[in-house]
Amino acid sequence: MRKTYNMIDLDCANCAMRMEQNIAKLNGVRYVSVNFLTQKMIIDIDDGFNYNEVMKYVRKTVQIINSDCDIDM
Amino acid sequence: MNKIKKRIRKLLIITAILAVLIILDFCINIPLYIRLPLYLTIYFALGINIFKKAFRNIIYGKVLDENFLMTIATIGAFVIGQYIEGVAVILIYQAGEIFQNISVRHSRESVAKLMDIRPDYANLVTGNEVLTTNPSDVKIGDIIEVKPGERIPLDAIVISGNSAINTSMMSGESMPKIVNIGDKIISGCINLDGVIRAKVTATFTDSTVSKVLTMIEDASNKKSHSENYITKFAKHYTPIICILAVLLAIIPPIFIGGWENWIYRACCFLVVSCPCALVISIPLAFFASIGCASRHGILIKGSSYIELLTKIDTYVFDKTGTITKGKFEIIDVSPKSKQREILRLASIAEAKNTHPIAKLLHNYKPNETIIDNYKYKNIPGEGVIAKSENETIICGNAKLLCDNNITINDNETIHNTIIHIARNNEYIGKIVIGDELKPNSSDIIAQIINSKKDVKLLSGDNKETTQNIANIVGVTDYCHDLLPNEKTKIIEEIIQRNKKVVFVGDGINDAPSLMRADIGISMGELGSDSAIEASDIVIIDDNLEKIIDMNIIAKRTMRIVRQNVIFSLGIKFAILILSALGLSNMWWAIFGDVGVSIIAILNSMRAMHYKKK
Repeated sequence: MRKTYNMIDLDCANCAMRMEQNIAKLNGVRYVSVNFLTQKMIIDIDDGFNYNEVMKYVRKTVQIINSDCDIDM
Repeated sequence: MNKIKKRIRKLLIITAILAVLIILDFCINIPLYIRLPLYLTIYFALGINIFKKAFRNIIYGKVLDENFLMTIATIGAFVIGQYIEGVAVILIYQAGEIFQNISVRHSRESVAKLMDIRPDYANLVTGNEVLTTNPSDVKIGDIIEVKPGERIPLDAIVISGNSAINTSMMSGESMPKIVNIGDKIISGCINLDGVIRAKVTATFTDSTVSKVLTMIEDASNKKSHSENYITKFAKHYTPIICILAVLLAIIPPIFIGGWENWIYRACCFLVVSCPCALVISIPLAFFASIGCASRHGILIKGSSYIELLTKIDTYVFDKTGTITKGKFEIIDVSPKSKQREILRLASIAEAKNTHPIAKLLHNYKPNETIIDNYKYKNIPGEGVIAKSENETIICGNAKLLCDNNITINDNETIHNTIIHIARNNEYIGKIVIGDELKPNSSDIIAQIINSKKDVKLLSGDNKETTQNIANIVGVTDYCHDLLPNEKTKIIEEIIQRNKKVVFVGDGINDAPSLMRADIGISMGELGSDSAIEASDIVIIDDNLEKIIDMNIIAKRTMRIVRQNVIFSLGIKFAILILSALGLSNMWWAIFGDVGVSIIAILNSMRAMHYKKK
């Protein structure tokens, strides 16, 4: 399933790049793009995985990289 | 924004305290055991969030992070007794970060405003009531009302009222468009003067405005070479500078001594080691440029196409619908003196014919009763013979008339569709039907040829028509009688000759060619999903001039990108070399980091503005 989320307080371009790289490594993530300029994350999660479960890890990854930042669920 | 305000306030207070301290420090001789704790307190108050971030990142395995480098650089400054510089670097770094945040946020918002075409609500008409609803709740066939000043929420057809509509948000066209009953209105445009009611023709997700928005939002995800290059560069730049810094701090002093001096120089290296200026400013330039293009009715699907546009050397145009209007029109009736008579006879003859060309003549149709007097004989591919008691009308091509022993005194060589008309075995005249050129086609193509690009014209039409159009617009290289897959083949051949090719087509049947070309540009067909899907750039209206516009925008953007790369790397390397030689200091280093970023960001924002000459 492909969804677009708004990012809250995504303040640095470097972080966005790192989020993208790290989230892409998570299990069940088929495609992800974290766009610093539009403050959006487009994520495509494999239907074989529990969507909410994967999103939990995605959110955790975001906050590890930048503790100020969050995903607008 | 509040968070930023708080940070600014904190920073200002600490700066004031620091200023007092520095002045005191210069005026009276404060002993070290008071001086050091004072500076350290301010240092920690300023840098606490930087140290925290650095610490967190180390825990998560990311050591060479800019926060950590700043921490090391400033601690280094303290170790060698440069208290003021240590504190100042942290202070300026913080101030720079805040300023950078504000300016990036500001730029992002102003570009977003450029693209702010999302309608917030729709006025749904139900019975006598008008309800304000969410546009996505409106169904096809519903009636909506649009008042002056409101944004049209969904694609619809006007059923009552008339008004002028500002379409500039969608097409870049600044002249308002007048709409009456029966006209299509496009979502995203703004109603200027009258109240109109309209019947919805597409749901919100299928409406033009949604399509445009999705395209723009996805656009910055297709990254250009420059952006990918910067990402790679950033990955290597920081570690290399750090290694150099370590070497600089250790190796020279082993031989010539002077540890303090060399550590100071190494700290300067660390301060310049962040590639932020490029990492932020270059995507920003592309983003601003995509926003700017969309403002002018040009949707670009990714920054890679902006870069590619400046490298194109061959333009391939489809004829029908691209160079020409794609609509058949009566372009001449001769002889002029018999114009009315010719059209009347032709309309009678073609009254029952549903061929697209015959339909053109239906507008001149006399009333039904007259038609009932005629008997029709249709000769496929040639024309129609209509007979009544006292009249025989022959309407068709030259062959049909010759077959009926009528001589045509026509020696013109215009290669358009010509319908000849004869009545009672007497030649009356002819109607010339053609696909008219768009008014600016010749001009635009001349401009492209002048900029030393190859132009090629492809058409599914016959040789004469294609040749005629090619001559008028001044293209010497053209191919005719092509099927869609043959067009694709021609494009492939050009690509094999190592050329970068743009294909401009109407997007309906040219999807394969649009996809095969390096850049596929489709025109005026936002309604068709296949066109959007297949093409890389969509021109919302069907104005060829947009090709010139997008080239100017692309060139400008790439110039800004180059300026930023050269400027920021130039300054950074200059500072690195000067630092290594001991000719620079930490004040310059911090300018090389924060100052350069801010200048590059401001420069990138210039990509947002493009004014037509």
